[in-house]
Amino acid sequence: MKRHTNLLLLIAVVLLAALPLWLVKAPAGPDGQPAGIFGGADNQAREMITKINPDYRPWFQPLLEPASDEIASLLFALQAAVGAGFIGYYLGMIRTRQKMRQAQAKEAEKDHRAD
Amino acid sequence: MHIMEGFLPAGHALGWTVAAVPFVAFGIRRLNQRIRENPEQRMLMGVAAAFTFVLSALKLPSVTGSCSHPTGTGFGAVLFGPAAMAPIGFVVLLFQALLLAHGGITTLGANVFSMAVVGPYAAYGIFHLAGRLRASLAVSLFLAASLSDLLTYVTTSIQLAWAFPDPMGGVAASFLKFAGIFAVTQIPLAISEGLLTVLIFNALRRFDAPELQGLSLFAEPAAKP
Repeated sequence: MKRHTNLLLLIAVVLLAALPLWLVKAPAGPDGQPAGIFGGADNQAREMITKINPDYRPWFQPLLEPASDEIASLLFALQAAVGAGFIGYYLGMIRTRQKMRQAQAKEAEKDHRAD
Repeated sequence: MHIMEGFLPAGHALGWTVAAVPFVAFGIRRLNQRIRENPEQRMLMGVAAAFTFVLSALKLPSVTGSCSHPTGTGFGAVLFGPAAMAPIGFVVLLFQALLLAHGGITTLGANVFSMAVVGPYAAYGIFHLAGRLRASLAVSLFLAASLSDLLTYVTTSIQLAWAFPDPMGGVAASFLKFAGIFAVTQIPLAISEGLLTVLIFNALRRFDAPELQGLSLFAEPAAKP
């Protein structure tokens, strides 16, 4: 039952991420070609700032900027991999520990009966 | 929810930094205290941090045709209290500000405040409120994680609206514009975060981690499974 629930949860998450990809159509750009889609909301907010206040100039620049989009996605992947790796390690550890404890308990029961 | 580097006026940037610092400092103290008292929970704290690392790196497409990411801070806030998540969120945001030009040093205070202060405190409050209303543990967790995710983005919208009021409609009109970008995009993502939080919690419980039993949320009469 529990495993079933978790599977359903996972499917729901995948659907939530995948559905927009084919539901949302790229709006037509000024030249009639489809405009860019699925850009970052952070960038849209930046554009909104310059629209509300065209005179605003950012007064500080990032110290380091990823050399390209590829490098940026590398770092994001690294961030996710470190996190997922740790979670996987921990789940593996507690699973094994639970199994060993159960085996130990069984063993102790056997010894007790043998006495 | 990342306000870009330099995109908050200096006064606002400084103000949010001053507002965020005590939460991070208090959070570090609470984390140290907890590790001293319950050293066996250290690994589980790592899991809470790791969950935030993963979720805040996942930029997911949304129905608005733009991409954003969950925050992952609700999970740890429910397990370890909201204070513990401020330093963890700070580390994630610092990494992204320094190496990824995602967010920034000048906007770090504001971003920490929305993701690592408002989010976790909201999650903690919602979780216990839902428990008191006799919601099941899974439902409480889902509501806490998803609503706190959404509130983080509402906070970012407020921060930007306050700094950049609309010349015609003022702060309120500006808030609606920014919320249209952030909060609406975030709705399906917030649901995803809620589901993923329930998922990881189920996984931890399945192996009956004794560390989980030591946490206060099981002492809450309302939070019975």
